[in-house]
Amino acid sequence: MKMSKRNVLGIVAFSILTVFLVFSMLMLHFGNIHPFGNPQENDMDSYIISNAQEETGANNAVTSVVFDYRGFDTLGEATILFTAVAGVVLLFRRLKK
Amino acid sequence: MKNSEGMSKIVKTAASTIFVFTLIYGLYVIAHGHLTPGGGFQGGAVVASGLVMLIVVFGSSWTMKKIKEENLSILESFGAIGFIGLGFLGLLFTGIFFKNFIVGHNMFFGMIPDFGSTIANINTGGVLPLMNFAVGLKVIAGLFAIVLVMAHATSSYSKEAGKK
Repeated sequence: MKMSKRNVLGIVAFSILTVFLVFSMLMLHFGNIHPFGNPQENDMDSYIISNAQEETGANNAVTSVVFDYRGFDTLGEATILFTAVAGVVLLFRRLKK
Repeated sequence: MKNSEGMSKIVKTAASTIFVFTLIYGLYVIAHGHLTPGGGFQGGAVVASGLVMLIVVFGSSWTMKKIKEENLSILESFGAIGFIGLGFLGLLFTGIFFKNFIVGHNMFFGMIPDFGSTIANINTGGVLPLMNFAVGLKVIAGLFAIVLVMAHATSSYSKEAGKK
């Protein structure tokens, strides 16, 4: 594929513009991020730490979040894996005679 | 171990010894997902990497002969059905999707541990260990099926190209 000079110039200009936009947005909101190592007090954190063992019965609070409090999210994750496997098997089935 | 494809006899012997321990470790991570770090995804990845080692060592067509990829698809679908079925059982028993409906009963993973860092009891967690098993089955079969199908397709393709 041959690219004309105008196309290359356009692509370069578009990339520079995108980088500039992303960088300026990042700089604009950089001051609002909390300092590293000092997370703010969060109601959700303390709720899960104090109630996860009693409500889900699991000593591992991370698993209790992944499979119980945010079970619907894990369902989406499992669907992604299922779709990936189905796609790969479908794609490579054509190579077999 | 009569097949000529794959690596040398030394590698095959070492791999078939290591494979058992990889399998045990991965299943341990899955089974203790509600007590220790890890869970279905992580343990499934460990087991799947052990199975991928078999592909590397013994060759993809030997592995394909032993384990068909259709069987892996069926296994993965069983994991998915188990996971969604547990979610729907929560809907059936309590009216909330993905509700932990087993916890609180004193049997079948239903016990509640004391607050704080306590001695781990495998009989806790309610629906979480079952979901870990379902997701672990899904990840084992899924990752192994992906690698097996790709390896077999590329090896058969290169074999055909070599014939011509």
